[in-house]
Amino acid sequence: MTIKSKMIWTAVAVLGAISLGIVALWRGESINAIWLVLAAICSYMLAERFYARFIATNVLQLDATRPTPAQRFNDGLDYCPTDKTVLFGHHFAAIAGAGPLVGPVLAAQMGYLPGTLWLIAGAVFAGAVQDFVVLWASIRRDGRSLGEMIRAELGAFAGTTAMIGVLIIMMILLAVLALVVVKALTHSPWATFTVAMTIPIAVLMGIYGRFLRPGRIGEMSVIGFVLLMLALVFGRHVAEDPSLAPLFDYSGEELSIMLMAYGFFASVLPVWALLAPRDYLSTFLKIGTILGLALGIFVVLPDLKMPAVTKFIDGSGPVFAGSLFPFLFITIACGAISGFHALISSGTTPKMLDNEIDARAIGYGAMLMEGFVAIMAMVAATTLEPGIYFALNSPAALIGTSPESAAAAISSWGFTITPDLLKQAATDVGEASILSRTGGAPTLAVGMAEILSSAIGGKALMAFWYHFAILFEALFILTTIDAGTRVSRFMIQDLIGTVVPSFRATKSWGANIIATAIAVSAWGYFLYQGVVDPLGGINTLWPLFGISNQMLACIALVLGTVILFKMKRERYAWVTLAPAVWLGICTLTAGWQKLFSDNPAIGFLAHAEKFARALETNQILAPAKSIADMHRVIVNDYVNATLTGLLGALVIIMACFGTAAILKALAEPNISARETAIVPAE
Amino acid sequence: MRNPFKISAASLARSLTRTARLMVGIPDYEAYVSHRRQAHPGEPIMSYSDFFRDRQASRYGTDGGKIGRCC
Repeated sequence: MTIKSKMIWTAVAVLGAISLGIVALWRGESINAIWLVLAAICSYMLAERFYARFIATNVLQLDATRPTPAQRFNDGLDYCPTDKTVLFGHHFAAIAGAGPLVGPVLAAQMGYLPGTLWLIAGAVFAGAVQDFVVLWASIRRDGRSLGEMIRAELGAFAGTTAMIGVLIIMMILLAVLALVVVKALTHSPWATFTVAMTIPIAVLMGIYGRFLRPGRIGEMSVIGFVLLMLALVFGRHVAEDPSLAPLFDYSGEELSIMLMAYGFFASVLPVWALLAPRDYLSTFLKIGTILGLALGIFVVLPDLKMPAVTKFIDGSGPVFAGSLFPFLFITIACGAISGFHALISSGTTPKMLDNEIDARAIGYGAMLMEGFVAIMAMVAATTLEPGIYFALNSPAALIGTSPESAAAAISSWGFTITPDLLKQAATDVGEASILSRTGGAPTLAVGMAEILSSAIGGKALMAFWYHFAILFEALFILTTIDAGTRVSRFMIQDLIGTVVPSFRATKSWGANIIATAIAVSAWGYFLYQGVVDPLGGINTLWPLFGISNQMLACIALVLGTVILFKMKRERYAWVTLAPAVWLGICTLTAGWQKLFSDNPAIGFLAHAEKFARALETNQILAPAKSIADMHRVIVNDYVNATLTGLLGALVIIMACFGTAAILKALAEPNISARETAIVPAE
Repeated sequence: MRNPFKISAASLARSLTRTARLMVGIPDYEAYVSHRRQAHPGEPIMSYSDFFRDRQASRYGTDGGKIGRCC
């Protein structure tokens, strides 16, 4: 290191330490967002420069002269050596989705501090490490997928177990994302109209890019974007027109049925017609909005009004039930660590890497970027008045359905707010009500609208920005639902195919429709259950999603640890072992509490028992409206409990496989990892 | 050493276009063409619109697709 770079890095470290100190210790009325942003940026820079470098040189021993799969199998299509920055963009666009925007918003109920610290430490020591190690393992194995690598290193049974885990995550993920959309669109004609318009706009783009001007992505995206903005502006007239508004005014139940029908039809349509064009729109809009939000935060430098730590760390919070440990670490999955990334790091990215040493910037660096996106979501949520935040995120069962009851309930928790302020907030964003719009997206939208409107347009444009933010989230969630339903359909066909081989034929209409129907009903079941849940659904589904996502991350880290042991690098195995153990503890504790907690708000079994006891005396508890509903609630509880038990069992099984493989590797005198031998490029 | 601040506007625009295209699963067509010319001389090369369709089908494709998508 030169003197100059030593001085620069010392300065970064000092600035980071000061910012972190201010974030952690400040107890004033409000704190400026800049301190959170600086604390995160400095920590991430230091981590990339020192920790990632240590992992690259000592632990993984990246070798710049070793030919990558892209060089060895170059076909200009799937495998092609790609410039580092270009590939970074591709990888980041693939990993950044709705997750890092929702988790921090929910976690904000405990204050900005716990979530921020986990986002910083989690990304640095767990999330980025996972992405980096999996990417490296895949490059060294001809770009194989996570499932194939687990099968090769841990055995066939472990591979199948992991794949079932992935399928479960997929279902819960799709349900929870669909729920986020439903919550944002419920009785909101403006938002529903704009989101509905994305379908004809995408089809138009698809026809343009297929037949009129084949492959002109730029042109079709610009056309799509302009039409989308027109729809957004026109949406306000729809909402204000008494004859048009009812056409786009739906309840949560109606919207969830529509989403299921949409998921079914969209995933059997040809890809060029709907999925691909909307993917272009949503990808570019996502990147643009993230850049815009970052710019907005730097220009406006808003104050955070949420306290550093609220009393809800004890688990009594209205947004999600459960105490800080383990539920904070489950709630913020993406942004700190996300098992889903292991699928992407072993997907297209390893097949395009030009040089092994680029894996550090792409694998580790892109995750830090996602951590930063999550920090911005935290900033957006905590710049809101806490009273507004809780009005948006608390279920109707706790705050009622009128501004008066909500203001009274929230004020009684210690976050003073008046009914007039709540009404004003709804008017500002052009909605009839902002109460109980759980799921994170609307909160983020209000936060973004506040930030962006103070940068451009002021109060006048606030409603526009709010609906823009809703549209942007709904757009990429719908793309995920469409793509996810397709992927699940193939996975289901593959799984059934192991018993009935003819089911594997992906061109067979019969098998297609059956597998699609299974996939849609699986996530649709959880979606509907979430929509009718009086606690808002997110309350139940998000922890399940968090547990399953962290479980996948845990599996990926176990794979990394096993590989390090097999390569006789056990002295460095703590790099992956420590986060794996931590995630194992978090998911198992959370799973245990979800199953066996005496508190019916947390434990599924306690909740089922409460309803069963009420049934004995023919009592009907909300949300049930009849005895049949009561039975359904109990069945749902048992389904959720079984699922939680299954996820816990998956973690334990994989931990056992991992331990066995490690012991075997220790007994083995030679390197036993199955890397592809070094082959010179053709 | 190359000065990173001296990248021309044209190459920056090109790089941004390539990034944006790869984000939605369309790799560099010129790289494909030059690879085909060098490694497989005389063999057919897909036209841009065929290349585009091929990559689109492969990303969302009939065989499972590889659209990597996170939560």
